[in-house]
Amino acid sequence: MLQMDEIQKRLLNEVADLHDVPTGAYNFRANGTSVGRKSTANIDIESKEDGSGLEITVKDGTKDESIHIPVVLSASGLTETVYNDFHVGNDCDVLIIAGCGIDNCGKQDSEHDGIHRFWVGKNSRVKYVEKHYGSGDGQGKRILNPVTEVYMDEGSSMEMEMVQIKGVDSTQRSTVAELGEGCHLVVRERLMTHGVQQAISDYDVRLNGDGSSADIVSRGVARDHSYQKLDLKIVGNAVCSGHTECDSIIMDEGRILAVPSLEANSVEAALIHEAAIGKIAGEQLTKLMTLGLTQAEAEEQIINGFLR
Amino acid sequence: MLELRNVSFAVDGDEGEKEIVRNLNMTVEDGKFVVITGPNGGGKSTLAKLIAGIETPSEGQIFLDGQDITDLGITQRANLGIGYAFQQPVKFKGIRVYDLLRIASGQTINIKEACGYLSEVGLCAKDYIEREVNASLSGGELKRIEIATVLARKTRLSVFDEPEAGIDLWSFQNLVRIFEKMQTETRDSSILVISHQERILNIADEIIVLSGGRIERQGTRDEVLPKILGTDAAVDACARLNGQGVS
Repeated sequence: MLQMDEIQKRLLNEVADLHDVPTGAYNFRANGTSVGRKSTANIDIESKEDGSGLEITVKDGTKDESIHIPVVLSASGLTETVYNDFHVGNDCDVLIIAGCGIDNCGKQDSEHDGIHRFWVGKNSRVKYVEKHYGSGDGQGKRILNPVTEVYMDEGSSMEMEMVQIKGVDSTQRSTVAELGEGCHLVVRERLMTHGVQQAISDYDVRLNGDGSSADIVSRGVARDHSYQKLDLKIVGNAVCSGHTECDSIIMDEGRILAVPSLEANSVEAALIHEAAIGKIAGEQLTKLMTLGLTQAEAEEQIINGFLR
Repeated sequence: MLELRNVSFAVDGDEGEKEIVRNLNMTVEDGKFVVITGPNGGGKSTLAKLIAGIETPSEGQIFLDGQDITDLGITQRANLGIGYAFQQPVKFKGIRVYDLLRIASGQTINIKEACGYLSEVGLCAKDYIEREVNASLSGGELKRIEIATVLARKTRLSVFDEPEAGIDLWSFQNLVRIFEKMQTETRDSSILVISHQERILNIADEIIVLSGGRIERQGTRDEVLPKILGTDAAVDACARLNGQGVS
């Protein structure tokens, strides 16, 4: 059983859907220290020598295994930067679940900056799930600034699900990916901001190998007085295809800036971007109201669906 | 029973105020199947929206079972038992067919029950239940799902705005069967359909012909149908499919 208090366990449940230790490899970090760790025969989790984070190594041919590395912060005024490096061997198929939950009931800001770097070996498949969540009614801000770097070797594929739905006051997300020959990257990002929260998310995806592809879809909802900036960039340097989609709903006094950009450095690069920002369509509200929902209930259903 | 008393609806246009519906009086008795027909632009869809609460009358009153519902909103009317199927079904992002049917039923229904409604409208349920109600579905599929959402509500008064649009000839029989089943399952429930289709006019208890925002004719099927056959108000389904009917 993990040495975590009730708040930390609640945060863990929010970000990783975990009530207790999972099967497979894991490292749980709470208030700046590791409170539980397990390596498996195929997945090795070690602390970096300088103590700045983790070195996670997945052996060649590891299939159907999972790695959980959630982080929870429940102390006000804690600021940390953690570097976690994932070395995934060739011909692997693994699920990596990260995520960070902050509960700040104090006056000081709490901040976790997680820098995750992935080296994905030849013909490997990785699914990466990252959820961010904040709670607590203190004046101190809950700040998360994740950086994700992905370096993909020939024939590999990666699917990334990044979700930040509630309670994070300020976030600056940065995602960088470099794809080799025949690599495929799929990203599904979901962001919801409320109050006076700010979320900035930028992507720089480079399609360097022939036959590589990227599909990046970011859906955001900005409520109250919150602000989002979404900067989605794909660079095509080979025979490749790339698609970015930035689809946003604004409500109340929310503001969103979408900056999709494409750069083609090869005549064989086929790149597409789509961007749309708007309020909830009136006819969608009307339809759900004819089914008996109030306007507020209809809005909730539409947003829940949109961010699914 | 639904009753409209002296209902008018006007909009502001470039040339001043334009009346879409003029001083309309009509009733839909419990257990009746009423079809509203008439030329395009005659005010039929506006009338349906006035009943569902999507539009508010400029003048007049609407009663449901004796209760004045003129000032009630869409949600309140829905909860009093008015169902409404859109002429152009609404598309969503992320909302699945199952979600819509669950919301429509007003309770927690399981997948099997939701699938039952889809089968009613001729869709193979397992192929559709988890799909999003978005543009990946064809117009005909969306239309059938729209009808299924009204079926799931089991309302006392169901309003269908051109339910046959986008539905093929085979489905006409299916549609007629759906209407009959609705009336059997929900006692004294009434159905109000806006349609030009002769096949649907043929099963009406009453027909109302709306033209220029006014009721031109009103009566039983036997009284009205012979007088409107061959006009814009009644179109043979084959002619419509061949592109000869009104759109």
